[in-house]
Amino acid sequence: MDNDRIDQIIDKHQGEASSLIQVLLEIQRENSWLPKEILERVSEKLQVSLAQIQHTATFYKAFRLVPKGRHEIHICNGTSCHVRGAQGVIDTVQDLIGIRPGQTDLDSKFTLETCNCLGRCALGPVIEIEGKTHSKMSPAEAKDVIKKYE
Amino acid sequence: MAQIKSPEELEKVRQGILSGRDPSKPSISVCAGSACLASGAAEVIAAFKAEIKKQGLEADVDTKGAGCPGFCERGPVVVIYPEEICYLQVKPEDVSEIVSSTIKEKKVIDRLLYVDPSTGEKAVHEYDIPFYKKQMRLVIGDNIKIDPKSIDDYLAVGGYSALGKVIRSMTPDQVIEEVSKSNLRGRSGSGFPAGFKWESCRKSEGEPKYIICNCHEGDPGAFADRRLLEATPHTVLEGMIIGCYAIGAAEGYIFVGDEFPQTVENARLAIKQAEEYGFLGKNILGSDFDLTIKVYIDGGGYVLGESSSLMASMEGKIGEPRTKYDHATDRGLWAKPTVLNNLQTWVNVPLIINQGADSFSKIGTEESTGTRVFSLTGKVNNIGMVEVPMGMTFREIVFDIGGGIRGNKKFKALQAGGPMGGFIPENLLDLQVDYEEMKKAGLAMGPGLIVADENTCIVDMVKYYLTFLANESCGKCTPCRDGLRHMLKIMNRITEGRGQKGDLELLEILSEVQKSAALCALGQGASDPLRASLKHFRDEYEAHIEEKRCPAGVCKVLSTALNI
Ligand SMILES: Cc1cc2nc3c(=O)[nH]c(=O)nc-3n(C[C@H](O)[C@H](O)[C@H](O)COP(=O)(O)O)c2cc1C
Ligand code: FES
Repeated sequence: MDNDRIDQIIDKHQGEASSLIQVLLEIQRENSWLPKEILERVSEKLQVSLAQIQHTATFYKAFRLVPKGRHEIHICNGTSCHVRGAQGVIDTVQDLIGIRPGQTDLDSKFTLETCNCLGRCALGPVIEIEGKTHSKMSPAEAKDVIKKYE
Repeated sequence: MAQIKSPEELEKVRQGILSGRDPSKPSISVCAGSACLASGAAEVIAAFKAEIKKQGLEADVDTKGAGCPGFCERGPVVVIYPEEICYLQVKPEDVSEIVSSTIKEKKVIDRLLYVDPSTGEKAVHEYDIPFYKKQMRLVIGDNIKIDPKSIDDYLAVGGYSALGKVIRSMTPDQVIEEVSKSNLRGRSGSGFPAGFKWESCRKSEGEPKYIICNCHEGDPGAFADRRLLEATPHTVLEGMIIGCYAIGAAEGYIFVGDEFPQTVENARLAIKQAEEYGFLGKNILGSDFDLTIKVYIDGGGYVLGESSSLMASMEGKIGEPRTKYDHATDRGLWAKPTVLNNLQTWVNVPLIINQGADSFSKIGTEESTGTRVFSLTGKVNNIGMVEVPMGMTFREIVFDIGGGIRGNKKFKALQAGGPMGGFIPENLLDLQVDYEEMKKAGLAMGPGLIVADENTCIVDMVKYYLTFLANESCGKCTPCRDGLRHMLKIMNRITEGRGQKGDLELLEILSEVQKSAALCALGQGASDPLRASLKHFRDEYEAHIEEKRCPAGVCKVLSTALNI
């Protein structure tokens, strides 16, 4: 993302320091993660210290400070999915791709995330990959689904 | 659309919309809620549009993606008007038959109907299905008739008439009086009287005043608040607009996460439409009342749902809870008087204005009035969004509405109130949905109800909540930050077969200290599920510790040890 676009987003929020979170969310929506150069630009434009921005970006769960993989795997770990066996699914996927929730593998193929409830509890355990919902997953089915992604 | 300039003009516009619609014209509503979409509703809608075109019926039949009626278990849900025939689990392959038989020849297709598993009887209409029968769907009943993206649909079912009534004939004080009289209480579980909160804010001296709709809903496994915003965004807006009028606020915010992209999209679109129609903006319906409402996307984190964290985060700060010396109604957002209410609190406001406080307060119990929308999930047959009158027992919710336990298993517990809630065991299932009753039983009235059966391990479930909270604790105060970690350590050892004598007593002491010493409500409530489980399911803990056995067969190490 170039500086012009960053500036545009900041201007949209009247360049106010208090809109830091909204600015970062909007940048991340377009850029998928928040590289240091972007944070520096935001710091300069909003007159907020880089330390403060780091604090914000690490406190709020939505922000990502490392790049994402080509495929983002979201496994629901809401209570309903949990009692229906989500932990087994999470364990299996973790073993298969070798990363834990919140991480991206070294080939940048997968990013693994867990979430609190996708609102599709009737279909749980649920995995969502690129907007597609995989329902009623057993660990073995989850393995098959993940293997299809390159 | 030109802005509507008066309540009278609003009624004319409504009449215009209604007269352009023929109630006998066939209309197909497909639920376009996130759960049905995940089971293929978008493909079903596309198939209907294509089929109707193919059969040359475009002028004779309407098709719409509608708001979620709640029966997620059997989605995609399709309702066909004017007969109100309800088809479940509809697939694109069923569509051409539906158009040919049901739309053209008025024939019901048996295999798409609901079959009562106990009697084998088929239900043709929504209202014949036991899942809906026992509900009281005052808030969500019209969802399936309305496309959440269409303000005209909302107007067609009487939407914004409460706002019209308020502008035409009520003073702000009268609105507050009506809300107070209705005994509407905070639906986040606080049970705090909404009218009282509004009045304090109205009387507070600071200007400007703000209102916030809390749609954060951080509880894992709960989706009712966000689903409501997605399905009926205009009801939320109407409630908020009336609230602002009463309180004297000029700005409102909807605080919501963007995990459900559709929710945010529908809310934003609804605001835009309400502005175009003159329900938001300057001189609303020709009065001298101005208001803007904005969607504020939250940055993620359970604690943000708490009022001081929420307001700190809206100010761009770190969303850590603060000790409260002032009421938000005096010094809230930007240190100005602020009313923060849960989304479900706002949603009830149009209803109260329309039907009057007297009639509203007759629903429910003496102290808990109106209805409550829950997401009912877990090991229950009918997973979905349900609306019940206060005073209903949890047994009715689980067995009559929920249809009992999946696979004929035995019921073990109902979890209510999320990570700061508790468990309802079988012998307490006759407890009513009622703030006081639930408080006495150590429960909070959160939006989610999760059913656990005999194959669910309560110890594991508590460990799950403690893990969740240990990750979510902001870390500011020691009792919460370290207390949770210590409790979790003990829980891990119990579930891994290394539990020791005295562990349960230790857990009890830790949870007690945490409850009394933590800084904010998160820390204070964090061990509530643990305490409830120790009270009702102590034998399960003991089996783990003394016999090294997980009775439900969930705790991995213990179950495998058994198999060897
Ligand atoms: C840790 C924590 C999380 C909370 N999360 C929510 C939430 O997600 N949604 C909500 O409406 N209230 C939540 N609350 C309660 C709010 O602080 C506040 O009391 C509520 O929004 C007031 O609304 P009401 O009076 O309409 O119930 C939470 C409280 C705590 C302590
Ligand atoms: S708990 Fe997984 S979708 Fe709701």
